[in-house]
Amino acid sequence: MDATVEITLTVNGERISRRVEPRQHLADFLRVELELTGTHVGCEHGVCGACTIRVDGQIVRGCLMFAVQADGARVETIEGLTDSGEVADLQKSFVERNALQCGYCTPAMLITAAELLKRNPHATRAQIRDFLSGNYCRCTGYHAIVDAVETVARARTGRRDGAS
Amino acid sequence: MKSGMSAFDRPNSYIGRTVPRPNARRLAEGRGQYVDDIKLPRLAHVAFLRSPYAHARIMAIDTAAAAQSPGVIRVVTGPEMAGVCTPWVGVLSHLKGMKSAPQHPIAVDRACWQGEAVCAVVAHTRAQAEDALPLLRIEWEELPPVTDAAAAATPGCQVIHPSLGDNIAFQRELSVGEPESVFAAAEIVVEETFVIGRHTGVTLEPRSILADYNPAENQLTIYQSTQAPHMMQGIFAKHLGLPETNVRVICRDVGGAFGIKVHTYPDEVATAALAVMLRRPVKFVADRFESFVTDIHARDHAIKGRIAVTRAGEIQAFEIDDLTGIGPYSVYPRTSGIEANQVVNLVGGPYKHKSYKARARVVFQNKNVMCQYRAVGHPIACAVTEGLVDLAAKRLAMDPAEFRRKNLIADDSYPYTAPPGLVFESLSHHATVDKLLALMDYKGLRAEQARLRERGVHRGIGLASFIEVTNPSAAFYGVGGARISAQDGCTMRLDPNGTVTCAIGVTEQGQGTEAMVAQVAATAIGVPLDRIRVVTGDTEITPYGGGTWASRGAGIGGEATLQAGKSLRANILGVAGVMLQAEPGTLDIRDGKIVDAGTGTERIPLAEVGRVVYFRPDTLPKDLQPEFMVTRHYVQKDYAFVFTNGMQASWLEVDIDTGFVRLLDHWCVEDCGTLINPQLVDEQIRGGVVQGIGAALFEHCVYDAQGQLRNANLADYLVPMAGEMPDIHVGHVVTPTRSSELGAKGAGEAGTAGAPAAVMNAINDALAPFNARVAAQPATPELILKALGKA
Repeated sequence: MDATVEITLTVNGERISRRVEPRQHLADFLRVELELTGTHVGCEHGVCGACTIRVDGQIVRGCLMFAVQADGARVETIEGLTDSGEVADLQKSFVERNALQCGYCTPAMLITAAELLKRNPHATRAQIRDFLSGNYCRCTGYHAIVDAVETVARARTGRRDGAS
Repeated sequence: MKSGMSAFDRPNSYIGRTVPRPNARRLAEGRGQYVDDIKLPRLAHVAFLRSPYAHARIMAIDTAAAAQSPGVIRVVTGPEMAGVCTPWVGVLSHLKGMKSAPQHPIAVDRACWQGEAVCAVVAHTRAQAEDALPLLRIEWEELPPVTDAAAAATPGCQVIHPSLGDNIAFQRELSVGEPESVFAAAEIVVEETFVIGRHTGVTLEPRSILADYNPAENQLTIYQSTQAPHMMQGIFAKHLGLPETNVRVICRDVGGAFGIKVHTYPDEVATAALAVMLRRPVKFVADRFESFVTDIHARDHAIKGRIAVTRAGEIQAFEIDDLTGIGPYSVYPRTSGIEANQVVNLVGGPYKHKSYKARARVVFQNKNVMCQYRAVGHPIACAVTEGLVDLAAKRLAMDPAEFRRKNLIADDSYPYTAPPGLVFESLSHHATVDKLLALMDYKGLRAEQARLRERGVHRGIGLASFIEVTNPSAAFYGVGGARISAQDGCTMRLDPNGTVTCAIGVTEQGQGTEAMVAQVAATAIGVPLDRIRVVTGDTEITPYGGGTWASRGAGIGGEATLQAGKSLRANILGVAGVMLQAEPGTLDIRDGKIVDAGTGTERIPLAEVGRVVYFRPDTLPKDLQPEFMVTRHYVQKDYAFVFTNGMQASWLEVDIDTGFVRLLDHWCVEDCGTLINPQLVDEQIRGGVVQGIGAALFEHCVYDAQGQLRNANLADYLVPMAGEMPDIHVGHVVTPTRSSELGAKGAGEAGTAGAPAAVMNAINDALAPFNARVAAQPATPELILKALGKA
């Protein structure tokens, strides 16, 4: 018996139609079916944040949403956000500040950071720390990540370094 | 280098410069390649049925229904696997008397911990393999589990492996100086029992392996998330009966390791065996539950310690009695005896005392295995030492910083032999403490603490001095019989276009190994950083080496790179001298060009030398054979380990009504010798500190009496989050090691070594007005409230 379901969605601007198993979560769908391996799977129970992606403009955990729920949706992953240049300043800042080590949490961290700066362009260090608390990083100890995001926040809002 | 010019002050030196890592942008764009990102034709996936019991006999496994499940290719039990793969025993001969039992990739007749693999199902997809697991019918006979380490050590306790006689895996006793008489006559003795909970690494990328077997060539190719590809090559070859050269281990991006990925895991060996059995590629990626019950756990020590001091504040002696539970098997091939051995070696390490007594007992139990995780032994030894030092200072009513200054080994007394026999080449405790106290404004903080106490705000300052094992010699593993290389090599090749490719045995897990190699190579040869390409993590391409662990990447791999670079540079200058009809000594390579050493005037670009050598050798003299590919190795033989030192400080607030701890600030000053890339060193320190903070406050593998791990998920097992971590200030004292020309020592574990002690001491400093203290990690709000008599 074929239990698969036909879905059609837009992923990074590309129209995609696939038959998927109803139990397949969106992160697995992106990784396995579409080979978009920039979305990482860390816990598959919605805690670590490594699978954070954007669905219809909202950041979501790819492991807590089924692929079938994304039928008709607009999905953006790190690959698409990189190609569009939307997170280019964040990526540059992360690299310059060494705000990534193993890189496993990084794509999701960038997507979450981009969301924060959209909502709160003047985010303080404490607000950055608070907002990123749903994205675990085991390597950096977070300090460099906070620095990198703060640098971009200041640059985007035209504040000089050292002003806080 | 000529005329006394060292590698570091050459023009365009990258030593000591912060430059971005060449591989970071790829990772930031989601273009990394972790094992689970790799697909091969005919790829199959394995899922393991894992024992739900801590201890149970496997009476029978009925695989018929599972084998018929959709997509299933093969079901393999332990006895069948045992016909393909030999068992291993995790002992080292230099840990005298150590014993363990043979361990199989899949349990043969008995499961010894909750999570041990007891049957493998291979299917076309992971989901299909998992679908078949509940269809396996296993007849279990539950056995009583031995979970409590103290009980396991008691004579008469049930023995987990009857053939071993008892549950003692390893025991070490040490007595140096006159500890008995010193303690008996001491003016002041303080003691405490420290409990360091079990925790684990929680690499965000779980353990993962893809094994591919080509029967036509009898070739096993392994893609693995590992720190030590050559070690694993030898292990797969040995236990699967393959020639070592027929096993290739490829390690691309690794999503965090921290010591978790430097061990032999039964499910990973089973995956390799399945690839051989099925003659096709097989992938295994641990899910988070599997990670919690099978990734090595660490620590789990209960230590009774005491310190003898004079009324004048001189430390005379330390004594410890350590008991640690390591699960049912000593982990292969590094063993689970190393952590306790390190605790014995490191307690009291920064101080001048002459007498020391120690006992460590390492016992088997029916819990997940325990082995080396970042800073193995150090955070335990440091928490015990610094906890006792603070207690003694308090008893003497001395300032803890002054008490340390009085007792730390003097900066001019090296080389220094510590009571356990370890030799310290050159440490800088006093310069470090001076720098740390200035950095944190110690006096100002003490004044602020006093002011706030009057207002009912309870803040604490915690200090912790530490020493760290880095740049290990063969004394760590090789002398004990393990095939783990203490040596590493770098092969460097000048390509026709003037770029340089370096292949090296040390590996990258995000700490910046490849950047470090590139910086040293660029400096040694004299080329811009973007002309260097670094290749790591492939046993078929890189020189044989140990990989990255025990803070050896920069110290060992960096020195091999420096020597290879100097040699290649000399070869290039030799050829350039012939081409330019100049003495090679009058030439130099700067910024990728051959220049006059004296004036810096450009003569020819490196690419021109490359073009002529490779494509127009007919224009060169007949007797000139250029060698544009060189290999140099390095092994550190001067000391068992090249020790580093440092000191950390924590500033925090304890809410005495809720027991919650708020971290306000953290400082670390350390001395890793030559700093190759200061930013990368600082970030190693910061990341290490946060893992240490996790141990001190949050992380705990909670087992019940039946040997069930109660919090095997990321919601219940707490790891540090951005919102609760402080900024971390890092400073350096630079004492290069003379055991290498580069002078670099390790820095990867210093943060983890000292942070728990600093945090624990800060909590107890905050609780001091209440005569309350905590000595168990993690120091949860519940423990703090209990100490305050409020829970």
